[in-house]
This record gives sequence, C-alpha cells and structure tokens, in this order.
Amino acid sequence: MSSNLVAAGDHPVYDYKVVRQFAIMTIVWGIVGMGVGVLIAAQLYWPELNDIFQPYTHFGRLRPLHTNAVIFAFGGCALFGTSYYVVQRTCQAKLWGGWLVPFTFWGWQLVIVLAAITLPLGYTSAKEYAELEWPIDILITLVWVSYAVVFFGTIVKRKTSHIYVANWFYGGFILTVAVLHVVNSAAIPVSWMKSYSAYAGAADAMVQWWYGHNAVGFFLTAGFLGMMYYFVPKQADRPVYSYQLSIVHFWALISIYIWAGAHHLHYSALPDWAQSLGMVMSLILLAPSWGGMINGIMTLSGAWHKLRTDPTLRFLVVSLSFYGMSTFEGPMMSIKTVNALSHNTDWTIGHVHSGALGWVAMISIGAIYHLLPILYGRKDMHSVKWINIHFWLATIGTVLYIASMWVNGIMQGLMWRAFNNDGTLTYSFIEAVQASYPGYFVRFLGGAFFLAGMLLMAYNAFKTAQNAGEAATEANAEPQAV
Amino acid sequence: MDKGTLGAISTVMMAIAFAGVCWWAFAPKRRKRFDDAANLPFADEQSNEQKKEEPNSSTDDVARRN
Repeated sequence: MSSNLVAAGDHPVYDYKVVRQFAIMTIVWGIVGMGVGVLIAAQLYWPELNDIFQPYTHFGRLRPLHTNAVIFAFGGCALFGTSYYVVQRTCQAKLWGGWLVPFTFWGWQLVIVLAAITLPLGYTSAKEYAELEWPIDILITLVWVSYAVVFFGTIVKRKTSHIYVANWFYGGFILTVAVLHVVNSAAIPVSWMKSYSAYAGAADAMVQWWYGHNAVGFFLTAGFLGMMYYFVPKQADRPVYSYQLSIVHFWALISIYIWAGAHHLHYSALPDWAQSLGMVMSLILLAPSWGGMINGIMTLSGAWHKLRTDPTLRFLVVSLSFYGMSTFEGPMMSIKTVNALSHNTDWTIGHVHSGALGWVAMISIGAIYHLLPILYGRKDMHSVKWINIHFWLATIGTVLYIASMWVNGIMQGLMWRAFNNDGTLTYSFIEAVQASYPGYFVRFLGGAFFLAGMLLMAYNAFKTAQNAGEAATEANAEPQAV
Repeated sequence: MDKGTLGAISTVMMAIAFAGVCWWAFAPKRRKRFDDAANLPFADEQSNEQKKEEPNSSTDDVARRN
C-alpha cells in the first residue's frame, strides 16, 4: 500500500492508487463504450450487423449499452479519478474514508459490468440514461453516497483555508447527481429485474427529463468543469483567468441548469407554461456557460505559444471550444420553433456528440494525459507525438460526426414537415431514412477516427505504465493498477 | 397572491441574489483572498519546489491580474 502513497514535500502523502485505477479504467471503458458506439453507427448503415447474435446485438439493446458505457463508465471513471486527485492536491490532504475509497472503485466497476450484462439481455426501466433496473440502482446509490462521504470528508480534513473552485464544481456534481438518481429511479419493483416508475404520465416524463437534462448539466458539465478548473491552469502553468468569474460561474450555472429539462418535452402533454419556462431557462444558460468557457480559454492569454508544443493542452483548450459551440447550439435548439425542426432528428444526436466527443471526452483525455506521467512517476507520456496524432484523430472524428448529423438532421426535419398543396405529406418516412444514408456513413467514419485515437492512447498509456518510475524512486511501482 | 405576482417577486429575488453573488465575488477587499485561492493548484508544489513560481510571473501575468 505504501508504494501507492506519494510524498509531496512536507504535505501528507497522497493516495494515488485509486486515481491510477480510475485513470486506467477511463481508457478501458472509453474503448468499450466508443467501440459499441461505432458498432451501432455501422448497424445504421449496414442493418445486417444487427443479426450478429440476435436479439442481444440488436440496435435497441446496444444503444443504451453505448450511452451507459460512455457516460457512466468512461465519463464516470474520469470524474471519480480526477476528483480524487484534485481534491487531494488542492486540499493538501490524503483521501479520507479508509475502505470506502476502494469500495467506490470496485462498486462502480461492478455497476458497469452489471449494466453490460443486463442491458443486452433486455432488462431496462426504459428511462433514457437511467435504464438500469432497481437492484443496480440501489448499488449505484450506495457507491454514490460513499463517493460523497470520501470527497466531502477529504474537504473537511483540508489543510488549506479556501476550497478551490474545482472542488465546488465536483461537489455540486456529486450532490446533485445523488438527488437526481434517487428521485428519478424511484420505482415499484414487481420482480427482481422488473419495476414500474413511481410517477405517471406527464409527471413521469417531466421527472425523467429533469433527471435527463441534469445528467447533462451536472454529470457531463459541472463535473467536467471541475476538471477544467484544475487541469487547464495546471497544464498551462498559470492560475485561472479570473477566480472571481469562476465563483459567479458556479452559482449561476448550478442555479439555472436545474430548470432547463422541460425543453426535452416541447409540444408534448407537458403544460405549455412549463415548456416555455424550460426554453427561457435554457436561453439564460448561455450566459454562465460562455462565462466559464471564456474563463478557461483566457487562462491561456499570454501563453498561447504553449499550444504549439503541448498536445495535452491542445486537447483541453479545443474541448473548451467545443463546449462553447454546443452550449450555444443547445439554447438555440431549446427555442420552441427551432425545436419543431430539430426534435427527433439526427441534429439532436449531433448536438449531443458535439458535447460528448468534443467537450467531455476531449477534456477527460487531456486530463488523463496530464495525470498518467504523474501517477507513474515519469516526466512525460511514453510518446508526446502520439498524443498529437490522437488529438487530430479525435478532432477530425468529432467534426465528421457533428457535420454529418447537422446535415442529416436539418434535412430530416425539412422532409418531415414538407406538405403538398393538397395537404398530404411530400415525403414518406422511409424516404427521409434513405436520404440519411450518406450521413450515416460519414458518422460511422467519424466515430471510427475517434475510436482509433483511443486505441492509440491505450497503447501509449500501456508503454508509459510499463516504464513506470524511471524518474521516481518508488520501490514497488505497480504498472497494473487494475 | 396570484401566480403572476409570485413570479415577479421570485424574479426580483433572483436578480438580487445574482447581483449579490457578483458583488461578493468582485468586491476589491476580497481580491487578495481570491488571488491566493486561484494559486491553490500550484500551492502544494511550491513548498518543495520553490523555484517553480519564479519563471512564470512574467509581465503578462502581472498585467493580467491588474
């Protein structure tokens, strides 16, 4: 155990073992989740791929596997790992909680494995991004409460007087996700793997999208903003552009995001005023989102030249650009009249991936590239050149993906709403599907580019771990953290 | 009290709360404290690597903080 506690001057030793475990699993689950994503993208172009092993490999069963794997396995491990690292470094205290720390790691991996088994088997509560059935939901709750205890326990134990802003974002994310998960997963079990939601009708839909959008707002945004506020300044080697702005950013973002979920239910049975409220709150959300993006990007002012030589920093900064793009696009799409065109089309998928690939994945990848050399006691990654190749694979992949989905989505929206003079529809649904074919191939290609970058990252990480401790004095550096 | 009045009151309250957060964050008397907080990511390195901060505080940094 002692080999996993790293000395840092006169400060207490830090617990890097769990950070290392989560960092490695981030890459592993990233490859799995994105691999399934590329497979289901291929299924939309080559439908016969659905039949590899029916019914388990059907698109309808693999799609939730893809979303759960990339959001909760890949994104979740990145958040666990980086938050455990950041809270220790900025509080100058070792992780608190004893056995709860390894419990959060193994518990979370168990949740992921259970998801990977039950979803293809067809067990689902049919709530998007909350598909897992009730026994797994209870396990998630236990792990999450332990996570909160470890995180806030470490903050209580801190040696610094101030709680750094990254921890505010991580803390807000942990607390809110706990509330979201418990409320939305409330269900009446009828058997071991079947339950019915505790809510009904439009109220159920509203609870679901209050959860769903805040999964985006807190899991995929606030948590990763915590990552941003530590790793961007750290990698750029200068403090954040404006700490004051970061405080306003935090309070504005968390108090507005929670209201935006209703924009998923435009023109539905939800009361009209609730739809309008969701739309207005989503529009206001542009302000704190861009405040945070500007704060992150401007951290580089006076150090732009570092982007030329540091591909890790490039990952972090480009992720902020994609964050700015998708947080502009989101409010626009929440406007009812725009939503009338975009809803249920591929535009939504493109928007999600501009955030998921461009923002969430890229900032996580940047953070992991920053972490791995530190965790393995090296000066640098095995190959910095490969990081650069990965950067371009990821960027090209993301651009291919979102551009093809924009084209597809707007085309689908326009075809669905086209009327003839006599009031009949101009196009049948299948004509819109046929017209989407080229875009589906470009999307598959974009995903494949992104996945290729992840595979390169895994090899780079493996080589880095293999030669661990070449610059450190760790007697028993374990390359295999898993 | 009808829904409209409640809505108006909560809007005004939120505006005041937002102004309050801005004032709290940007008040000059807290400038020093937040500058220290902004350096927390580097704080645990400085104790054993004193040299670290020196090359970074270029004129850019000074200009930016002002």
